[in-house]
Amino acid sequence: MRVFNSRRFVAMLSKESLQILRDPASLLIAFALPPFLLFLFGYAVNLDTARTRIGLAMLDNSDAALSLESAYRSSRWFDVQTSNSVAPLKTDLVAGRVRGIVVIPQDFGRLTASDAASIEVITDGSLPNTASFVAAYAEGVRQTWAAGQVAEKGRPLAAAPIETDARYWFNPELTSRFFLVPGSMAIVLTIIGTLLTALVIAREWERGTMEALMATPLSMVEFIATKVIPYFLLGLASAFICTVLAVTVFGVPFRGSAPALLLIVSAFLVPALGQGLFISAATKNQFVASQIALLTAFLPALLLSGFLYEISSMPGWVQILTYAVPVRYLMPLLQSVFLAGDIWPLFLPNILAMLGFGLVFFLATSRVTRRRIA
Amino acid sequence: MNTSSRLRLKAMIVKELWAVLRDPRARITLIVPPLLQLFLFGFASTLEVKNITLGIYDQDRGARSREVIDAAAGSPNVRHLVRLDSPQAVARAIDNREVIAVMSFDANFSRDVAAHRPAQVQLVFDGRRSNAAQIVNGYLGQIVAGVGAGILASPQIPGGSIVTNWFNPNLDYLWFTMPALIVTIAALSVLSVTSQSVARERELGTFDQLLVSPLRTYEILAGKVTPALLLGTFNATIYLLLIPNVFGVPFTGSILIFYLALFVYLIALIGIGLLVSILARTQQQAFLGMFLTTIPLIILSGYAAPIDNMPGWLQVIAQANPLAHFLVIIEGLFLKSMPLGDVLANLWPLLVIAAVALTSAALLFRSKLE
Repeated sequence: MRVFNSRRFVAMLSKESLQILRDPASLLIAFALPPFLLFLFGYAVNLDTARTRIGLAMLDNSDAALSLESAYRSSRWFDVQTSNSVAPLKTDLVAGRVRGIVVIPQDFGRLTASDAASIEVITDGSLPNTASFVAAYAEGVRQTWAAGQVAEKGRPLAAAPIETDARYWFNPELTSRFFLVPGSMAIVLTIIGTLLTALVIAREWERGTMEALMATPLSMVEFIATKVIPYFLLGLASAFICTVLAVTVFGVPFRGSAPALLLIVSAFLVPALGQGLFISAATKNQFVASQIALLTAFLPALLLSGFLYEISSMPGWVQILTYAVPVRYLMPLLQSVFLAGDIWPLFLPNILAMLGFGLVFFLATSRVTRRRIA
Repeated sequence: MNTSSRLRLKAMIVKELWAVLRDPRARITLIVPPLLQLFLFGFASTLEVKNITLGIYDQDRGARSREVIDAAAGSPNVRHLVRLDSPQAVARAIDNREVIAVMSFDANFSRDVAAHRPAQVQLVFDGRRSNAAQIVNGYLGQIVAGVGAGILASPQIPGGSIVTNWFNPNLDYLWFTMPALIVTIAALSVLSVTSQSVARERELGTFDQLLVSPLRTYEILAGKVTPALLLGTFNATIYLLLIPNVFGVPFTGSILIFYLALFVYLIALIGIGLLVSILARTQQQAFLGMFLTTIPLIILSGYAAPIDNMPGWLQVIAQANPLAHFLVIIEGLFLKSMPLGDVLANLWPLLVIAAVALTSAALLFRSKLE
């Protein structure tokens, strides 16, 4: 029996493609999911802190205290709610109505005269990031106000001996959407490549139509290729939709080249499809396949890929684990091809890593399949 | 309830439990992944920025630049320093993501400091990771200001602020993540199970057998609700034991209120899961439907990014999300010893969501039966 027969191959390929085209669920996932997820991540996941509600406890009515109060009121970082005691604001902090409390203490006015006036800042530690933000910006508002006070008195303020000048390459406006939208494209490709593939093919195993295919003269190579190629094309189509939306709707710059993007996406689809195929062949059960795909593909793509959380901040053993997640290699490439350009020294090793994973998954699939059938 | 009805109900519940627990692999799938997720994602999902690799381009090679570099090397957030010797090397290190930031000193840096001229440290960041880059900028700004304060002894701006972090004194991110995982993992596992329940019978054809059985609608639904309710309570109980004892996150609230809120939350989730399941014709559609419901529920819960940061119209939509309300309750019960009044303020929206979801599931189910 020949390993590859082009007539057989074309016949199988058209059968598999028709099967997908007639399945509304697959098409819906491929074409409706990209805009849905992009909108969700583009709008709902905003890591750029907006105005924060804080309580201001005015325990002092001196001119200095009132002037600091108006500094907080006019700050663009805070929505201020004033009270003349701390107690009601503490209740608000527990209930989550305010995210922090600034206390202007009783002797604030008197101490300001002698340059020793401090404020107290109480933050809501149950939201650690917001808490750091409140502490830093509350102090920032106070510093600007104190510098103004000193200047009013006509005393020259010593300039800091060393200053920093920060520049952000590729994303000078620091828009988090610019890295979240290309990142969500990686999530979409994982869903189509692994989740959808695992689910659809597990159903064929469950129903026994796979065994029927096995009884035909189809070779293992032809079998795997014809199963995978239609999903590969589906993945490319949704990558195309994502790119168009990212650039037109979300205004994400595209500084790389289209061939580079095509190569990156294709290289990632190899391990993604391999993993999906392997899960389906190893479990042959829709529910188990779906749960395993969720656990080993979707959640790692969201959490272990560097998409939302910095890999370097994770504990060592989790960092090692991220090397086993193919999306980890995709994420920097997608962000780069959109924001930075074609950086081949970065692209090539990551593309090779993804292809390597793909090879492992396909070899594992063909082993599992052969064993199960025998 | 008469005896035969009670018998029918019992039989239905036993049948449903078997449907979920019969397959040993499915049994493992219900228990092991939630635990794995707790450990793995608890540690992975941190918005802190640690262990950074910093590039140094020092043309000054003077005492002052060395002082700043040493201070940076001593920072607990900096893991490695990479020496770069040309602007091209700086560009390459950033482009290839070898460093998240580069600190450069021009040739006159130490001389400028000595002459009391404003001396500048140039910082270049990888904007592809703009969020982490901003945090690193905060660290580096502090380090540089610290060195500067050492050079010029008198404080530049009078006064200061004394910061107290309530509920989580060291701002440990794990204290936020761990309780939040009860909310998200319970949603994932409960929705997975309930969304399959009706769809599986449809696909296997046993749904028609239910129709001809003497079971009433509410009995069938009660049977469908039970496994997920038990599973959710079981997993949440394990978390409630593990999180304070293994991860050291305090549980400061009332256990009774925890279970009360959990019950309402699970019912809300089950209602949503059943709606998906009744609308799906196959298991595959049910899974995809579950998936398409769960992602927005988790994203709009305040777990991945604060709801406060979302645009106004999305904040309104987030009010209909049971995860958002339960997250406030859970964080409150773990960290804030939240009083009953505040819990109830978040519990009644949860009750409304549960009532609406379960009622519409029952109505839809009845319409499918007829």
